[in-house]
Parts: sequence; C-alpha cells; structure tokens
Amino acid sequence: MNLHQLAVDSASDHRPLIITLFSVFVLATLGITVWAGRQTKDATDFYAGGRSFSGFQNGLAISGDYMSAASFLGIAGAIALAGYDGFLYSIGFLVAWLVALLLVAEPLRNTGRYTMGDVLAFRMRQRPVRTAAGVSTIVVSIFYLLAQMAGAGVLVSLLLGITSEAGKILIVVLVGVVMILYVSIGGMKGTTWVQMVKAVMLIAGALLMTFLVLLKFDFNVSDLLGKAAENTKLGHAFLEPGLKYGVTGTTKLDFISLGLALVLGTAGLPHILIRFYTVPTAKAARNSVNWAIGIIGAFYLMTIALGFGAAALLNKTDITTSNKAGNTAAPLLAEELGGPVLLAVISAVAFATILAVVAGLTLASSSSFAHDLYANVIRKGEATQEEEIKAARWATVGIGAVAVVLGVFSRDLNVAGLVALAFAVAASANLPTILYSLFWKRFTTQGALWSIYGGLISSVVLVLFSPVVSGKESSMFKHADFDWFPLENPGLISIPLGFLLGWVGSLLSKEKPDKDKYAELEVRSLTGYGAH
Amino acid sequence: MDTAPASDRPDDQRQQEPPPYAEVQASAEFGELRRAHRSFAFPLTIAFVSWYLLYVLLSNYADDFMGTKLVGNINVALVFGLAQFLTTFLIAWWYSRHAAAKLDPRSAAIKSTLDGGA
Repeated sequence: MNLHQLAVDSASDHRPLIITLFSVFVLATLGITVWAGRQTKDATDFYAGGRSFSGFQNGLAISGDYMSAASFLGIAGAIALAGYDGFLYSIGFLVAWLVALLLVAEPLRNTGRYTMGDVLAFRMRQRPVRTAAGVSTIVVSIFYLLAQMAGAGVLVSLLLGITSEAGKILIVVLVGVVMILYVSIGGMKGTTWVQMVKAVMLIAGALLMTFLVLLKFDFNVSDLLGKAAENTKLGHAFLEPGLKYGVTGTTKLDFISLGLALVLGTAGLPHILIRFYTVPTAKAARNSVNWAIGIIGAFYLMTIALGFGAAALLNKTDITTSNKAGNTAAPLLAEELGGPVLLAVISAVAFATILAVVAGLTLASSSSFAHDLYANVIRKGEATQEEEIKAARWATVGIGAVAVVLGVFSRDLNVAGLVALAFAVAASANLPTILYSLFWKRFTTQGALWSIYGGLISSVVLVLFSPVVSGKESSMFKHADFDWFPLENPGLISIPLGFLLGWVGSLLSKEKPDKDKYAELEVRSLTGYGAH
Repeated sequence: MDTAPASDRPDDQRQQEPPPYAEVQASAEFGELRRAHRSFAFPLTIAFVSWYLLYVLLSNYADDFMGTKLVGNINVALVFGLAQFLTTFLIAWWYSRHAAAKLDPRSAAIKSTLDGGA
C-alpha cells in the first residue's frame, strides 16, 4: 500500500479530527467577521478597514493575503518533484516585493482611496480609465481565484478522503459560501483579521515542520540535500537548476518569461495593492511592506526544508499518485513527520490559507466593481456611500458565484499555469500604467488605455494559444491542438508590450497630458498632503 | 474633459480653492524631495532587477558554474539563491533608512507648508 493510500485511509480514520479543526477555524473566523461587520459603518470601513491597522498588523495581513496555496502547497510540491527549479519560484515571489516597496506602496497610499483604479484614473479622464482598471482588476482576480478554488476542491477532498464527484463539488460550494460571508459581512476589517490569523497559523505550521525535518538530519542542511538527491535517484542534478526548465531552448525562454512575470507581477496585483489603504499613513505602508518582506522571506526559506524534506523522506511515486503536480507533498510530509494528528493540523492550515486568499481576492474585485465601475462609471460619482457598499456586497455574492461555478468546472485543470497567468496579466496590464501614472509627466489617457487593454488582451490571448490550454498531456484540453504560442507564460512578450503601448499611446495622443492633475498627483504622492 | 468626482478631493473643509500644487511642484524644496526619491529608488530598482535576471540567466545557461559544490552538498546555485534573499532584506532595510533620513523630513516640511499656507 502506498503512502497516498495511507494518507487517504488515515484521513478517513481521522476525518472527525480534521473536520473538527476545519469547523473550529471556520466558526472562529466567522465570529471575527461578525464582530468586524458590526464596526463597519461607512465606505472607508468596508473598503479599507477604517485605515486603522498598524504597519505590523497590515504586514501580517499582507503575508496572509500573499502566501496562497500556490506558495505553501505549490512550492513545496515543486521542490519535492523538480528539486532546485521549484525553489526558483520562492526567489521571484520574494524579490518582487522590492518593486512594491521602492516605487508603489507609498505613492499609492498617498493618492488613492479604495481601489487600484483610484490611482490609475487620477490624472486621466475618469470613465474610460476607471472602466479599464475595473475590468483588469476583475480579470486578474478571477484567474487567481480560479486557481485557488480548483486547488481547494482537489486538496480538501483528498484530505477529507472524499472521492465522489458530488462531494468535491460540495466542498467548492462550501468554500465559496464561507468566502462570500467573510467579505460581505466583515468587509476589509473582517478579511484583514482572517488574513492575520491565517498568517500566524501558516508560519507556526511551517516552523514546526521545518524543525521536525531538520531534527531528522541533526540540523545539517547538507545531509538533508544529500538524502534528497539520493532518495530521488537524480543525484546532484536534483540540487542544480535545469531539471524542469533546462530541457530545451524553449523551456529556458519560458523560465525567463516566468521569472519576469513573478518579479514584476506582485506590485500590480489589485488584492495586494488595496491592502496599503488599510493603514493611516504612507510611512505605515512602508513599514507594512517591510514586515511582509521579513515574514514572507522567512516562510520561503522554510520551503527549502519542506520541499527537500519531502524529497528526502517520501517516495516520489507516493507524491505523484496523490497529485501529479505535487500539491499534496506538504501534507504527506506532515503525516510522515507527526502522524495523523500533524496531518490534520497541517490540512487545517492549508484550508485556512486558501480561505483567506480567496476572501482577499473577492474583496479586491467586488471593491473595484462597486467603486470603479458602479459608483464612478455607471452612477458618475453620484452614488451615496450606502449605495456603494450595497453594490459591493452584491458584487461579492456575484463574484463568489462565478468563482464557485468556474471552480467546479476547472477542478481538474493545471493550477500552476493559472497563478502564473494572474501574475503575468498583472505585470502586463497594471504595472506599466501604475508606474507611468506616478512618474511620467507626459502619460495620457490614451496611453493608459492602450497599455491596460493591450497588456490584458495580449497576455490572455497568448495563454489561450499556449500549451497550458491545449496540445499537451498536462493541458486543459489535451485532445485539442491550437497551441501556436510555445511558451506557457506570456510575460516575455506581453510585459514589454504593455510598457511599449503605454509609451507609444501617450506620444501619439492628440490630447495633451493634464499638467495640473499631474502636479497634484506628484505633490500628493510624495508628501501625503490631502491623503484620505 | 471629465474631472474627478468631488468625493476624490481632499476632505479638508478649509480648502475653498485648490492648493497651489503647480507652484509647490515647481519649488526648489519639492525638486529636492523628488530627486532624493528618484535618485535612490530608480537606480536601485534597475540594480536589483538586473541582479535577479542575472540569477535567472545563470540558472538557465551556466549549469556547470551553478552546480559547483562548495561545502558538502551546498552548491553555488543554492548560495546564489540565498544571496537573493539576503540582498532583498538588505535593500529593504537600506531604503527604509534612506526614507527616514532623506524623504520623511522633506515631505513633512512641504506638507506642513501646504496645511498652513494654502
């Protein structure tokens, strides 16, 4: 009997324990949500948690928002299967934070109110740019959401030992309902607390597992790596770059593409950007990024122990039979290290991880729908706060429902491709406009529209015709064959295109840039004058 | 052209007419603040992105170098990766020190002029 079977069996044996832990987490966080909901009175409370969080609290919440199932389960699994190449994800995900720290966090906090669109449309004609920003926010968030929902369905079903299709669908629906409750009742305040609780649980769980792995090797990292190389029968190649991405010239280009998307995507992710509005000042925003870099960095260092630990202590076929992409390596490692009790605890952590991230994504997209599209485009700025919050709550239900439906249909899809796509779209459609808006005085409305729509459409279209969607055994449609674009990640083409279109669109624009608005933006972004 | 809705303007009730943003933007003090931010953040961004891309390219095209063993099973690739963590922490710390020393006092001074003078 293989370990996967063991995991399913012991999951079945310990189902009461796992279900108890899940329920305790859900009830406790729903309690927090109701408490936060009672304190949510106006739009600033709903969208930005009343801007009452400290730098440290927000840093913790950012970490909770950022370290998704892709980070915890995905990277541990990628290292366990592809060795060193899996670790490359950790590095890109971390270095990316410097773009946010040096260029984006503080000016955004100083000039925006509730959404990414506030900053993108600041100097521009409101309605077209707000529309573009809203569309882009919702597209990026839905891709990200889809990946998390698909992961949740597969993972939770496995951990609970549910194998029937109806059971898996039920899990996805359940995740959707809890996430809608978090966001529509608790708004940003509730979501922030859920993310903080999750971040503490995730760090504690990762620390415990790292300690147990290192204990087995007397805290000798070299021995751990040696055992991983030996156990996988790949030898030293397992510890070097190239196993996954070094195969051909095309996979090498794909790796550069992925690297670009990871490092430039973070500072364009709407659910991350709106977190900077939850603190009172730009200085607090800076502190929160510093805390996030510390916490996230520490976590990604631990993925070395988790991933190579799984490679050293588990049997490779056990990992892959359980999930081809390696997504269950971390829970299987937990069972190996601490038996069914640790498996249950780590499963609860993984569940919390997914719930907190989907809540953050739903909040970002419903905020953007209500504030950018409904209040500023449809109602032309005439909506009252109550109407805006009501629209945001209904948008939560709508987006939650879309996520559930997509999650049900996509639960067998390749999750990694979707997360990397969300990063690539964010880097292509959002980052160029954010940077040009803040730092380039000749940037115009036309430049912003070309850049947002050009980056958005090119990245999505390239993925549609990539091996992620068709042509390969691991594709969404493995029997169809329309993959004329060879790279799995579009970043190498679409990111430079987004920047280029913003530049060309501005230069070719008949309309002159609004000098007064730029003066206002620049002065406010650097001094914090008039910040909300 | 469309203007920002009234709700996007500063809430300060004392501001009957818009503050003299263009004047402030053209002032020597603001020029110094802008230079202090840009001359630090822009080159450093180019530097850390290049340093990261160097790592990506070496991982791709310099397998022998990256696979060189240093101590036991610890090779150049692992040390290079850990160095990326280290430089990220250092740059974050360095920027925050720079901001506290060179940016915060300047921006606070300009902000208080705007608060009092406009």
